[in-house]
Amino acid sequence: MFALFKDFADYVVFDWLGLPPGDPFTIALNFFVYGVPKISVLMAVAIFIVSIIRSFIPPEKTKKFLSHRRTFVGNILAALIGILTPFCSCSAVPLFIGFMEAGVPLGVTFSFLVSSPMINEVGLIMLLGMFGWKVALLYVISGVVIAIISGYVIGKLKLEHLVEGYVYQIKSEDVELHEPTFTERCREAGNFTTAFLKKTVLYIAVAMAIGGFIHGYVPSEFLTTYAGRNNPLAVPLVVLIGVPMYNSAAGMVPIIYALVEKGLPLGTALAFLMSVAALSLPEMVILRRVLKVKLIAIYVSILTVAIILTGYLFNAIV
Amino acid sequence: MKIEVFEASCCKPTNVYGLVERAMSENGIRAEVTKSVDVMEAVKRGIMRTPAIIVDGKVVYTGRIPEYEEVVGWLTGGK
Repeated sequence: MFALFKDFADYVVFDWLGLPPGDPFTIALNFFVYGVPKISVLMAVAIFIVSIIRSFIPPEKTKKFLSHRRTFVGNILAALIGILTPFCSCSAVPLFIGFMEAGVPLGVTFSFLVSSPMINEVGLIMLLGMFGWKVALLYVISGVVIAIISGYVIGKLKLEHLVEGYVYQIKSEDVELHEPTFTERCREAGNFTTAFLKKTVLYIAVAMAIGGFIHGYVPSEFLTTYAGRNNPLAVPLVVLIGVPMYNSAAGMVPIIYALVEKGLPLGTALAFLMSVAALSLPEMVILRRVLKVKLIAIYVSILTVAIILTGYLFNAIV
Repeated sequence: MKIEVFEASCCKPTNVYGLVERAMSENGIRAEVTKSVDVMEAVKRGIMRTPAIIVDGKVVYTGRIPEYEEVVGWLTGGK
């Protein structure tokens, strides 16, 4: 399926530019010319489809659906809906308050808050395009499991008193949303896809350029020495570096790909990706508006431990 | 007519207020327009995603930047 893109990159680099094969610059450029169009096309298709699906599940519907759900079943549903819901750190507060106010249990809300940033279609397309479907699937399944478990644990710990008191006072009005027609959904999805690609192509290109650089220039066993399987501290170390970092899963994937090639074990790499995507310093600062510091600390700790364990698990089985 | 505009507080700059003003001046619509970026106020009104427009207490849309023609449609009562 991707052969066309490979042929195109080979044609540009070897025939058209006439660069010598095997040279680091040629390798880096080939990686770049192959990756950018391929990822962009995959991305356009995926975002269009996801936008249409998404128009059926706005958060206003989600909160009613998850309201008063029993633990566990609720956690599973929340984690799954989280995959399809877009997330930016600043929307965390209205989502959180809206959910709590609608009677969604705290643990269930957290399952949603974990899976929504951790798993998104953009990151998945990057994983699919660069690592293949097995790794993409592994990432989704482990992300959902982590979201379910961490939300479940937070629910069981009964931490409702660590939510800022005013959150419980807010009463929001019930809104009736306009139900779009199919044409409207498609037009909206089309507009969103175009706007998104315009904004992201440059971003993808920069990430692919860094990926290409590592691919071509960094010696291939470089990371095996420092962060290979025989270093048990590698997983917690990369996760602790990744937690405060703020980057979307999408921008990280090309870099992760290049790192895996240079000997970073897959489990360590996926753990790094998860920690960057799921947690960030700006998000914690924003969540402080609704959560007491202690609850943020518990949330971050549970998630960090879960991600580290996942990293070890994958390194052991893959 | 009373129009309330909620702009997105971050992520992306939105100028829905500008669209509303243009729609009003180009179509001779008179209304009282308020603009807010307060997330809490939006949540109280049942809005979970900004930007959003409320016309006479009814949330007409949320979560995206509308087309100019749509805004005109809402302000002229969906005609």
